[in-house]
Amino acid sequence: MILSVIKHKKTVFAAGHLAAVFASLLTLTPVYLVCVNALKSESESAAMAPSLPSQLHFENFATVIERGKLVTSFFNSVLYAGSSAALATFFAALAAFVLSRRRSRMNRAIYFFLIMGIALPINFFTLTKIMQVAHLINTKPGIIILYATLQIPFAIFLIYGFIESIPRDLDDAATIDGCGPVKMFFFVVAPLLTPVLVTTFILSFLNTWNDFIMPLYYLDSSENWPMTLAVYNFFGQYKQSWNLVSADILLTIAPVLIVYLVGQRFILSGMTSGAVKG
Amino acid sequence: MHLKSRYPQAFAWPALFLFTAFFILPSLSGIYFAFTDWSSFSDEVNFVGFKNFHRLFSADEHYFDYFWNTFVFTVVTIVLKTIFGLGLALLLDKGVRSFVNLYRALIYVPVVLPMLVVGLIFRSILHPSQGLLNVSLRSVGLGSLAFRWLTDPHLALYSIMVIDTWKGVGYIMVILLAGLQTIPREYYEAAEVDGAGAWARFWHITLPMLAPAIMIVTVLNVLYGLRVFDIVYATTNGGPGYASEVVMTGIFKAFSQGQYGLGTALSTVLFAILLVVGYGVIRLLERPTEGG
Repeated sequence: MILSVIKHKKTVFAAGHLAAVFASLLTLTPVYLVCVNALKSESESAAMAPSLPSQLHFENFATVIERGKLVTSFFNSVLYAGSSAALATFFAALAAFVLSRRRSRMNRAIYFFLIMGIALPINFFTLTKIMQVAHLINTKPGIIILYATLQIPFAIFLIYGFIESIPRDLDDAATIDGCGPVKMFFFVVAPLLTPVLVTTFILSFLNTWNDFIMPLYYLDSSENWPMTLAVYNFFGQYKQSWNLVSADILLTIAPVLIVYLVGQRFILSGMTSGAVKG
Repeated sequence: MHLKSRYPQAFAWPALFLFTAFFILPSLSGIYFAFTDWSSFSDEVNFVGFKNFHRLFSADEHYFDYFWNTFVFTVVTIVLKTIFGLGLALLLDKGVRSFVNLYRALIYVPVVLPMLVVGLIFRSILHPSQGLLNVSLRSVGLGSLAFRWLTDPHLALYSIMVIDTWKGVGYIMVILLAGLQTIPREYYEAAEVDGAGAWARFWHITLPMLAPAIMIVTVLNVLYGLRVFDIVYATTNGGPGYASEVVMTGIFKAFSQGQYGLGTALSTVLFAILLVVGYGVIRLLERPTEGG
């Protein structure tokens, strides 16, 4: 009897693993297709078949880096994603700290107002006008400021929740020791916020890296394009060469996959916090 | 207590300034421009009353379809993502005992990929004649199922929804799995002692305990679905014809055609809808902290 129960459990887990492996394969197929086809010749890659390349064409990467202007767009993406994530995380942490610690009626209203940005759409038409007036349209600083603004609501939401877990006694102690608000924030509170700040930074970084709407609306010169838009433009020109398009795609998603591998713990914690508390 | 000097309001100013100037101000001033004939063809901006809104909801135009498609997209993707996300979460929570984190990490991969790239890859996979899907279907004798996935007006939107589900299901799974892992094992053990079968345990323990997480997942999907743009732009760009056009792609078309007044009206309607939905959502997200 017990033996049959154990046997039954074993088959359940075997079937479970089978299903889980199948699901994992299904999610990885497109990435696999891109990997094998990036190394094929043009004719061999025409059908994006899953077969392995008969000959390895590593020169595809050199070709797309040159023709797809990937070096420029790579550094643009790093600049946009890195600096907007840093700005958003910093400003959001400052705001969340004060709003969470001093919960006046006014501050609760400000907090709600800010996190409404998680739900609301942007008005691209009037935003164009504001960008023009501020002389930020078609400029790198302009796009960085826009990206930072877009990330602020969710960043505040994440950090605000985390600040509640830091005891106020620490603030009291810091005040008694003669710390002003700036010193207290940078030397007492910020170090304790490190996990959530890293999460916020990584999530903002990935969001910006993957976005292409903002440059579609607000960057007309290809010199300023990030990798996503460059890859799309490249696809427009080389639709017939799936080997090159695949190589281009692979180089675009490689940084994302590396960030994901390294920061997986932070990404998953950020995605579930707020959604499932306690 | 000197709360004011200890937590200076100025700390909130940079975030507040950016958000107000580049997010709220455009949306609010957009309400005014929605009632004008603002366009790229003329420097003049005239007040035209409800003309733009009449056009949006007139039967002679196709703008109403944009809203309908957006609504269908939102509802169908919520159902698909929740069912498959819950299935995967249950599988990882109950069906396997080892490698849980590995499976979770692999199934999450599509979530971090750029939507634009995902769209391009699926354009190749779903290509009517040489795409991997149709080639495979024909090779196993199912050629009658080899449809024109993204170019058939009746199918395009549904194909996009399936791609979007593939891309987003990992996110939903991760949230639901975290929810499942908070349900105490003793509940299941007690139910088992009382003779409850697998179904009974699912209906009477898992689902009620998971309700808050399912709620969160649903609102996140609503917010995403109503603002969907990337995947539609990258696969069909609203086509064929207007078959898969959604509100955000319509806004982009109005923008590129210089019809700013009309586009602002579209944007303002979406803003109004999301303002209502968003208010409810934020109340919901806040509830756990208000209790404790």
